[in-house]
Amino acid sequence: MIANFGIVLGEWRELATGFLNTIWLCALSGVLSLVLAVFVSMLLVSRRREARRMAQGVVDVLRAIPFLMLLFIVYYCLPAVNVRLSSWTCGLFALVVYNTAYFAEILRGAWTHLPPEQEEAGRAYGYVGLGLYRRIILPQIVIAASPVLGNQMITLVKNSAFLMVITIPDLTFMANQVQAIYFVPLETMLVAVALYWMICSTIEWTVRRMDRVALVRGHE
Amino acid sequence: MVWNSLLSELAKGTLTTITVSLAGLAVGMLSGLALALVRAGAVPVASQAIAVYVSVVRATPMVTLALLIFFGLPAIGLGMSPLTAAILIISINTSVFQAEIWRASLQDFPQGQLYAAHAAGMSRALTFRRIVFPQVWRASLPALVNEMTLVIKGSPAVAVIGVVDLTRVAVRWTTQTYAPIPPFLTATAIYVVVVMCLIRVQRYTERRIVEKYGTL
Repeated sequence: MIANFGIVLGEWRELATGFLNTIWLCALSGVLSLVLAVFVSMLLVSRRREARRMAQGVVDVLRAIPFLMLLFIVYYCLPAVNVRLSSWTCGLFALVVYNTAYFAEILRGAWTHLPPEQEEAGRAYGYVGLGLYRRIILPQIVIAASPVLGNQMITLVKNSAFLMVITIPDLTFMANQVQAIYFVPLETMLVAVALYWMICSTIEWTVRRMDRVALVRGHE
Repeated sequence: MVWNSLLSELAKGTLTTITVSLAGLAVGMLSGLALALVRAGAVPVASQAIAVYVSVVRATPMVTLALLIFFGLPAIGLGMSPLTAAILIISINTSVFQAEIWRASLQDFPQGQLYAAHAAGMSRALTFRRIVFPQVWRASLPALVNEMTLVIKGSPAVAVIGVVDLTRVAVRWTTQTYAPIPPFLTATAIYVVVVMCLIRVQRYTERRIVEKYGTL
Protein backbone atom coordinates (compact mmCIF):
# COMPACT_ATOMS: atom_id res chain seq x y z
CA MET A 1 0.00 0.00 0.00
CA ILE A 2 2.80 2.43 0.93
CA ALA A 3 4.61 1.51 -2.29
CA ASN A 4 1.42 2.22 -4.23
CA PHE A 5 1.22 5.71 -2.73
CA GLY A 6 4.79 6.12 -4.01
CA ILE A 7 3.57 5.35 -7.55
CA VAL A 8 0.77 7.89 -7.20
CA LEU A 9 3.09 10.58 -5.88
CA GLY A 10 5.47 9.81 -8.78
CA GLU A 11 2.66 11.03 -11.05
CA TRP A 12 2.35 14.30 -9.12
CA ARG A 13 2.57 16.35 -12.32
CA GLU A 14 -0.64 14.83 -13.68
CA LEU A 15 -2.45 15.32 -10.38
CA ALA A 16 -1.14 18.88 -10.00
CA THR A 17 -2.45 19.71 -13.50
CA GLY A 18 -5.89 18.37 -12.54
CA PHE A 19 -5.78 20.16 -9.19
CA LEU A 20 -4.95 23.51 -10.80
CA ASN A 21 -7.59 23.01 -13.52
CA THR A 22 -10.22 22.33 -10.86
CA ILE A 23 -9.15 25.43 -8.92
CA TRP A 24 -9.21 27.87 -11.82
CA LEU A 25 -12.44 26.46 -13.27
CA CYS A 26 -14.16 26.83 -9.91
CA ALA A 27 -12.68 30.27 -9.16
CA LEU A 28 -13.59 31.66 -12.59
CA SER A 29 -17.11 30.21 -12.62
CA GLY A 30 -17.62 31.31 -9.01
CA VAL A 31 -16.77 34.92 -9.84
CA LEU A 32 -18.75 34.95 -13.10
CA SER A 33 -21.84 33.43 -11.52
CA LEU A 34 -21.72 35.84 -8.58
CA VAL A 35 -21.65 38.81 -10.97
CA LEU A 36 -24.52 37.35 -13.03
CA ALA A 37 -26.46 36.46 -9.89
CA VAL A 38 -26.40 40.11 -8.82
CA PHE A 39 -28.38 40.98 -11.96
CA VAL A 40 -30.64 37.93 -11.79
CA SER A 41 -31.50 38.70 -8.15
CA MET A 42 -32.70 42.14 -9.30
CA LEU A 43 -35.12 40.34 -11.63
CA LEU A 44 -36.24 38.08 -8.79
CA VAL A 45 -37.45 41.05 -6.73
CA SER A 46 -38.57 43.12 -9.72
CA ARG A 47 -41.90 44.91 -9.43
CA ARG A 48 -42.85 43.71 -12.91
CA ARG A 49 -44.76 40.54 -12.28
CA GLU A 50 -44.08 38.71 -15.57
CA ALA A 51 -40.34 39.35 -15.36
CA ARG A 52 -40.23 38.19 -11.76
CA ARG A 53 -42.30 35.07 -12.38
CA MET A 54 -40.28 34.03 -15.40
CA ALA A 55 -36.92 34.52 -13.67
CA GLN A 56 -38.15 32.64 -10.60
CA GLY A 57 -39.40 29.77 -12.79
CA VAL A 58 -36.05 29.39 -14.54
CA VAL A 59 -34.16 29.59 -11.23
CA ASP A 60 -36.46 27.00 -9.63
CA VAL A 61 -36.06 24.54 -12.51
CA LEU A 62 -32.27 24.92 -12.46
CA ARG A 63 -32.23 24.33 -8.73
CA ALA A 64 -34.36 21.19 -9.10
CA ILE A 65 -32.20 19.34 -11.62
CA PRO A 66 -28.89 17.57 -10.99
CA PHE A 67 -25.79 19.38 -12.26
CA LEU A 68 -24.86 16.43 -14.48
CA MET A 69 -28.24 16.76 -16.20
CA LEU A 70 -27.59 20.42 -17.06
CA LEU A 71 -24.06 19.56 -18.20
CA PHE A 72 -25.40 16.92 -20.59
CA ILE A 73 -28.10 19.26 -21.85
CA VAL A 74 -25.45 21.86 -22.70
CA TYR A 75 -23.11 19.23 -24.14
CA TYR A 76 -25.61 17.28 -26.25
CA CYS A 77 -28.54 19.62 -26.93
CA LEU A 78 -26.74 22.81 -27.97
CA PRO A 79 -25.04 21.13 -30.99
CA ALA A 80 -28.53 19.92 -32.04
CA VAL A 81 -29.56 23.56 -32.45
CA ASN A 82 -26.28 24.35 -34.24
CA VAL A 83 -24.39 25.91 -31.34
CA ARG A 84 -20.98 24.25 -31.20
CA LEU A 85 -18.83 24.80 -28.14
CA SER A 86 -15.59 23.16 -27.01
CA SER A 87 -15.90 20.89 -23.99
CA TRP A 88 -14.12 23.53 -21.87
CA THR A 89 -16.65 26.20 -22.85
CA CYS A 90 -19.50 23.74 -22.24
CA GLY A 91 -18.21 22.88 -18.79
CA LEU A 92 -17.64 26.48 -17.79
CA PHE A 93 -21.00 27.55 -19.21
CA ALA A 94 -22.87 24.81 -17.33
CA LEU A 95 -21.07 25.61 -14.06
CA VAL A 96 -21.82 29.33 -14.41
CA VAL A 97 -25.51 28.87 -15.32
CA TYR A 98 -26.14 26.33 -12.56
CA ASN A 99 -24.47 28.35 -9.82
CA THR A 100 -25.97 31.64 -10.94
CA ALA A 101 -29.38 30.18 -10.10
CA TYR A 102 -28.27 29.20 -6.59
CA PHE A 103 -26.38 32.45 -5.92
CA ALA A 104 -29.31 34.56 -7.18
CA GLU A 105 -31.73 32.70 -4.92
CA ILE A 106 -29.38 33.20 -1.94
CA LEU A 107 -29.11 36.94 -2.67
CA ARG A 108 -32.88 37.21 -3.05
CA GLY A 109 -33.31 35.53 0.34
CA ALA A 110 -30.88 37.95 1.98
CA TRP A 111 -32.62 40.88 0.27
CA THR A 112 -36.03 39.96 1.71
CA HIS A 113 -34.47 39.95 5.19
CA LEU A 114 -33.01 43.43 4.74
CA PRO A 115 -35.07 45.98 6.71
CA PRO A 116 -37.07 48.15 4.25
CA GLU A 117 -35.92 51.26 6.14
CA GLN A 118 -32.49 50.81 4.53
CA GLU A 119 -33.97 51.30 1.09
CA GLU A 120 -36.23 54.14 2.26
CA ALA A 121 -33.30 55.96 3.88
CA GLY A 122 -31.32 55.52 0.66
CA ARG A 123 -34.16 57.00 -1.36
CA ALA A 124 -34.42 59.91 1.10
CA TYR A 125 -30.76 60.67 0.33
CA GLY A 126 -31.54 60.70 -3.39
CA TYR A 127 -30.25 57.24 -4.36
CA VAL A 128 -32.35 55.65 -7.09
CA GLY A 129 -32.21 52.60 -9.37
CA LEU A 130 -28.81 51.00 -9.92
CA GLY A 131 -27.04 53.49 -7.65
CA LEU A 132 -29.34 52.60 -4.77
CA TYR A 133 -28.76 48.93 -5.40
CA ARG A 134 -24.98 49.18 -5.77
CA ARG A 135 -24.30 51.51 -2.84
CA ILE A 136 -26.97 50.62 -0.29
CA ILE A 137 -28.45 47.18 -0.88
CA LEU A 138 -25.77 45.03 -2.51
CA PRO A 139 -22.96 45.51 0.06
CA GLN A 140 -25.30 44.57 2.88
CA ILE A 141 -26.87 41.51 1.30
CA VAL A 142 -23.51 40.14 0.13
CA ILE A 143 -22.07 40.44 3.65
CA ALA A 144 -25.20 38.97 5.23
CA ALA A 145 -25.28 36.07 2.74
CA SER A 146 -21.54 35.39 2.65
CA PRO A 147 -21.66 32.21 4.79
CA VAL A 148 -24.35 30.69 2.58
CA LEU A 149 -22.54 31.84 -0.58
CA GLY A 150 -19.42 30.14 0.76
CA ASN A 151 -21.27 26.87 1.29
CA GLN A 152 -22.55 27.10 -2.25
CA MET A 153 -18.93 27.60 -3.42
CA ILE A 154 -18.09 24.26 -1.77
CA THR A 155 -20.99 22.66 -3.64
CA LEU A 156 -19.62 24.20 -6.84
CA VAL A 157 -16.21 22.57 -6.26
CA LYS A 158 -17.90 19.22 -5.69
CA ASN A 159 -20.08 19.61 -8.77
CA SER A 160 -17.02 20.45 -10.87
CA ALA A 161 -15.95 16.79 -10.56
CA PHE A 162 -18.82 15.94 -12.94
CA LEU A 163 -16.87 17.75 -15.68
CA MET A 164 -14.72 14.62 -16.04
CA VAL A 165 -17.55 12.93 -17.96
CA ILE A 166 -17.16 15.43 -20.81
CA THR A 167 -13.37 14.78 -20.76
CA ILE A 168 -12.27 18.00 -19.07
CA PRO A 169 -8.95 17.17 -17.33
CA ASP A 170 -9.97 18.21 -13.83
CA LEU A 171 -8.67 16.59 -10.63
CA THR A 172 -11.06 13.61 -10.79
CA PHE A 173 -10.37 13.02 -14.50
CA MET A 174 -6.59 13.07 -14.01
CA ALA A 175 -6.82 10.85 -10.94
CA ASN A 176 -8.94 8.41 -12.94
CA GLN A 177 -6.28 8.36 -15.68
CA VAL A 178 -3.45 7.71 -13.22
CA GLN A 179 -5.39 4.88 -11.56
CA ALA A 180 -6.21 3.30 -14.92
CA ILE A 181 -2.57 3.34 -16.09
CA TYR A 182 -0.94 1.94 -12.94
CA PHE A 183 -3.97 0.13 -11.50
CA VAL A 184 -3.67 1.72 -8.08
CA PRO A 185 -7.30 2.94 -7.79
CA LEU A 186 -7.65 3.11 -4.00
CA GLU A 187 -4.47 5.09 -3.38
CA THR A 188 -4.97 7.51 -6.30
CA MET A 189 -8.53 8.31 -5.35
CA LEU A 190 -7.58 8.79 -1.69
CA VAL A 191 -4.98 11.36 -2.79
CA ALA A 192 -7.64 13.10 -4.92
CA VAL A 193 -10.03 13.10 -1.95
CA ALA A 194 -7.33 14.68 0.22
CA LEU A 195 -6.79 17.42 -2.38
CA TYR A 196 -10.54 18.16 -2.58
CA TRP A 197 -10.59 18.28 1.20
CA MET A 198 -7.82 20.91 1.08
CA ILE A 199 -9.79 23.08 -1.35
CA CYS A 200 -13.04 22.81 0.61
CA SER A 201 -11.34 23.40 3.96
CA THR A 202 -9.75 26.58 2.59
CA ILE A 203 -13.16 27.84 1.47
CA GLU A 204 -14.68 26.87 4.82
CA TRP A 205 -11.93 28.76 6.68
CA THR A 206 -12.56 31.85 4.54
CA VAL A 207 -16.30 31.54 5.18
CA ARG A 208 -15.71 31.47 8.93
CA ARG A 209 -13.63 34.66 8.64
CA MET A 210 -16.42 36.33 6.65
CA ASP A 211 -18.96 35.08 9.18
CA ARG A 212 -17.11 37.11 11.81
CA VAL A 213 -17.20 40.20 9.57
CA ALA A 214 -20.95 39.70 9.14
CA LEU A 215 -21.43 39.44 12.91
CA VAL A 216 -19.41 42.62 13.52
CA ARG A 217 -21.58 44.41 10.98
CA GLY A 218 -24.68 43.31 12.88
CA HIS A 219 -25.97 40.50 10.63
CA GLU A 220 -26.90 37.19 12.18
CA MET B 1 -44.18 4.46 -31.14
CA VAL B 2 -40.75 6.01 -30.53
CA TRP B 3 -42.23 8.18 -27.79
CA ASN B 4 -43.73 5.14 -26.08
CA SER B 5 -40.43 3.31 -25.87
CA LEU B 6 -38.64 6.50 -24.79
CA LEU B 7 -41.12 7.01 -21.99
CA SER B 8 -40.91 3.41 -20.80
CA GLU B 9 -37.09 3.60 -20.82
CA LEU B 10 -37.20 6.86 -18.84
CA ALA B 11 -39.69 5.35 -16.41
CA LYS B 12 -37.25 2.49 -15.77
CA GLY B 13 -34.45 5.00 -15.24
CA THR B 14 -36.61 7.01 -12.83
CA LEU B 15 -37.36 3.86 -10.88
CA THR B 16 -33.63 3.07 -10.61
CA THR B 17 -32.85 6.64 -9.51
CA ILE B 18 -35.54 6.53 -6.83
CA THR B 19 -34.70 3.00 -5.63
CA VAL B 20 -31.00 3.71 -5.34
CA SER B 21 -31.65 7.06 -3.62
CA LEU B 22 -34.15 5.66 -1.12
CA ALA B 23 -31.98 2.64 -0.27
CA GLY B 24 -28.95 4.90 0.17
CA LEU B 25 -30.98 7.28 2.32
CA ALA B 26 -32.26 4.53 4.59
CA VAL B 27 -28.78 3.10 5.16
CA GLY B 28 -27.37 6.62 5.50
CA MET B 29 -29.98 7.59 8.07
CA LEU B 30 -29.05 4.74 10.42
CA SER B 31 -25.29 5.14 9.97
CA GLY B 32 -25.65 8.92 10.27
CA LEU B 33 -27.47 8.53 13.57
CA ALA B 34 -24.81 6.08 14.78
CA LEU B 35 -22.02 8.53 13.80
CA ALA B 36 -23.80 11.40 15.56
CA LEU B 37 -24.39 9.37 18.73
CA VAL B 38 -20.77 8.21 19.03
CA ARG B 39 -19.62 11.78 18.41
CA ALA B 40 -22.06 13.23 20.95
CA GLY B 41 -21.13 10.53 23.46
CA ALA B 42 -17.59 11.97 23.50
CA VAL B 43 -15.97 8.53 23.18
CA PRO B 44 -12.22 9.25 23.20
CA VAL B 45 -10.43 8.75 19.82
CA ALA B 46 -13.67 7.53 18.13
CA SER B 47 -15.28 10.99 18.41
CA GLN B 48 -12.26 12.73 16.89
CA ALA B 49 -11.93 10.07 14.19
CA ILE B 50 -15.59 10.59 13.26
CA ALA B 51 -15.15 14.37 13.17
CA VAL B 52 -12.28 13.97 10.66
CA TYR B 53 -14.18 11.35 8.65
CA VAL B 54 -17.26 13.59 8.40
CA SER B 55 -15.15 16.57 7.37
CA VAL B 56 -13.33 14.60 4.63
CA VAL B 57 -16.38 12.85 3.18
CA ARG B 58 -18.36 16.10 3.18
CA ALA B 59 -15.65 17.63 0.98
CA THR B 60 -15.52 14.67 -1.42
CA PRO B 61 -17.39 15.04 -4.74
CA MET B 62 -19.89 12.27 -5.39
CA VAL B 63 -18.11 11.25 -8.63
CA THR B 64 -14.73 10.94 -6.91
CA LEU B 65 -16.36 8.89 -4.17
CA ALA B 66 -18.02 6.71 -6.83
CA LEU B 67 -14.66 5.99 -8.51
CA LEU B 68 -13.02 5.37 -5.11
CA ILE B 69 -15.66 2.80 -4.13
CA PHE B 70 -16.21 1.14 -7.48
CA PHE B 71 -12.55 0.82 -8.52
CA GLY B 72 -10.78 1.12 -5.17
CA LEU B 73 -12.59 -1.50 -3.10
CA PRO B 74 -12.19 -4.38 -5.62
CA ALA B 75 -8.43 -3.67 -5.52
CA ILE B 76 -8.43 -4.75 -1.86
CA GLY B 77 -10.68 -7.73 -2.56
CA LEU B 78 -14.12 -6.19 -2.04
CA GLY B 79 -15.74 -6.55 -5.45
CA MET B 80 -19.41 -5.65 -5.88
CA SER B 81 -22.06 -5.10 -8.52
CA PRO B 82 -22.61 -1.55 -9.82
CA LEU B 83 -26.03 -1.41 -8.13
CA THR B 84 -24.65 -2.38 -4.70
CA ALA B 85 -21.79 0.06 -5.20
CA ALA B 86 -24.30 2.80 -6.09
CA ILE B 87 -26.27 2.27 -2.88
CA LEU B 88 -23.04 2.19 -0.87
CA ILE B 89 -21.79 5.41 -2.49
CA ILE B 90 -25.02 7.28 -1.83
CA SER B 91 -25.27 6.03 1.75
CA ILE B 92 -21.66 6.99 2.55
CA ASN B 93 -22.23 10.46 1.07
CA THR B 94 -25.55 11.12 2.75
CA SER B 95 -24.62 9.56 6.12
CA VAL B 96 -22.15 12.34 6.92
CA PHE B 97 -24.71 15.04 6.12
CA GLN B 98 -27.37 13.20 8.11
CA ALA B 99 -24.88 12.84 10.98
CA GLU B 100 -24.63 16.65 11.04
CA ILE B 101 -28.43 16.96 11.03
CA TRP B 102 -28.76 14.53 13.97
CA ARG B 103 -25.87 16.25 15.73
CA ALA B 104 -27.57 19.64 15.48
CA SER B 105 -30.81 18.37 17.00
CA LEU B 106 -28.96 16.38 19.69
CA GLN B 107 -27.04 19.54 20.64
CA ASP B 108 -30.26 21.50 20.97
CA PHE B 109 -31.73 18.86 23.26
CA PRO B 110 -32.47 20.32 26.75
CA GLN B 111 -29.89 19.00 29.25
CA GLY B 112 -32.43 19.17 32.09
CA GLN B 113 -34.38 16.26 30.65
CA LEU B 114 -31.23 14.13 30.63
CA TYR B 115 -30.58 14.89 34.29
CA ALA B 116 -34.23 14.11 35.10
CA ALA B 117 -33.99 10.75 33.30
CA HIS B 118 -30.75 10.00 35.14
CA ALA B 119 -32.41 10.92 38.47
CA ALA B 120 -35.28 8.59 37.64
CA GLY B 121 -32.74 5.78 37.29
CA MET B 122 -32.80 5.34 33.52
CA SER B 123 -29.75 3.92 31.79
CA ARG B 124 -28.23 5.90 28.89
CA ALA B 125 -29.66 3.52 26.30
CA LEU B 126 -33.12 3.67 27.84
CA THR B 127 -32.94 7.48 28.09
CA PHE B 128 -32.14 7.64 24.40
CA ARG B 129 -34.96 5.28 23.44
CA ARG B 130 -37.69 6.69 25.67
CA ILE B 131 -36.76 10.36 26.08
CA VAL B 132 -34.31 11.64 23.46
CA PHE B 133 -35.24 9.89 20.22
CA PRO B 134 -39.03 10.49 20.36
CA GLN B 135 -38.25 14.23 20.49
CA VAL B 136 -35.21 14.66 18.22
CA TRP B 137 -36.60 12.75 15.26
CA ARG B 138 -39.24 15.36 14.64
CA ALA B 139 -36.73 18.20 14.91
CA SER B 140 -34.63 16.42 12.28
CA LEU B 141 -37.42 15.33 9.95
CA PRO B 142 -37.70 18.44 7.72
CA ALA B 143 -33.90 18.55 7.29
CA LEU B 144 -33.91 14.85 6.43
CA VAL B 145 -36.56 15.36 3.73
CA ASN B 146 -34.46 18.23 2.39
CA GLU B 147 -31.47 15.86 2.34
CA MET B 148 -33.57 13.57 0.14
CA THR B 149 -33.75 16.24 -2.59
CA LEU B 150 -29.96 16.67 -2.35
CA VAL B 151 -29.50 12.91 -2.71
CA ILE B 152 -31.71 12.82 -5.83
CA LYS B 153 -29.64 15.65 -7.29
CA GLY B 154 -26.38 13.87 -6.46
CA SER B 155 -27.53 10.46 -7.67
CA PRO B 156 -26.46 10.85 -11.35
CA ALA B 157 -22.90 10.27 -10.09
CA VAL B 158 -23.75 6.57 -10.14
CA ALA B 159 -24.28 6.83 -13.90
CA VAL B 160 -20.48 7.20 -14.13
CA ILE B 161 -19.97 3.67 -12.81
CA GLY B 162 -22.50 2.19 -15.23
CA VAL B 163 -25.79 2.21 -13.33
CA VAL B 164 -28.58 3.01 -15.79
CA ASP B 165 -30.35 5.76 -13.86
CA LEU B 166 -32.56 8.50 -15.30
CA THR B 167 -29.59 10.57 -16.52
CA ARG B 168 -27.89 7.64 -18.18
CA VAL B 169 -31.09 6.58 -19.95
CA ALA B 170 -31.24 10.05 -21.53
CA VAL B 171 -27.59 9.82 -22.61
CA ARG B 172 -28.03 6.33 -24.00
CA TRP B 173 -31.13 7.36 -25.93
CA THR B 174 -29.21 10.31 -27.37
CA THR B 175 -26.28 8.21 -28.56
CA GLN B 176 -28.69 5.72 -30.18
CA THR B 177 -31.03 8.14 -31.94
CA TYR B 178 -28.93 11.31 -32.37
CA ALA B 179 -31.95 13.27 -31.14
CA PRO B 180 -30.90 14.72 -27.79
CA ILE B 181 -33.74 17.14 -27.12
CA PRO B 182 -36.72 14.77 -26.42
CA PRO B 183 -34.95 12.53 -23.87
CA PHE B 184 -33.20 15.37 -22.05
CA LEU B 185 -36.22 17.63 -21.79
CA THR B 186 -38.39 14.75 -20.55
CA ALA B 187 -35.75 13.66 -18.04
CA THR B 188 -35.42 17.25 -16.82
CA ALA B 189 -39.19 17.44 -16.37
CA ILE B 190 -39.15 14.20 -14.36
CA TYR B 191 -36.40 15.49 -12.05
CA VAL B 192 -38.29 18.76 -11.56
CA VAL B 193 -41.51 16.93 -10.68
CA VAL B 194 -39.77 14.56 -8.24
CA VAL B 195 -37.87 17.35 -6.49
CA MET B 196 -40.88 19.68 -6.34
CA CYS B 197 -42.94 16.85 -4.80
CA LEU B 198 -40.26 16.35 -2.15
CA ILE B 199 -40.28 20.09 -1.38
CA ARG B 200 -44.07 19.86 -0.92
CA VAL B 201 -43.59 16.88 1.42
CA GLN B 202 -41.03 18.86 3.39
CA ARG B 203 -43.36 21.86 3.85
CA TYR B 204 -46.23 19.52 4.74
CA THR B 205 -44.25 17.61 7.41
CA GLU B 206 -43.01 20.89 8.89
CA ARG B 207 -46.58 22.20 9.11
CA ARG B 208 -47.96 18.96 10.53
CA ILE B 209 -45.28 18.79 13.22
CA VAL B 210 -45.90 22.40 14.24
CA GLU B 211 -49.66 21.73 14.34
CA LYS B 212 -49.29 18.58 16.39
CA TYR B 213 -46.49 19.43 18.82
CA GLY B 214 -46.54 23.25 18.83
CA THR B 215 -42.88 23.58 17.74
CA LEU B 216 -40.44 21.78 15.51
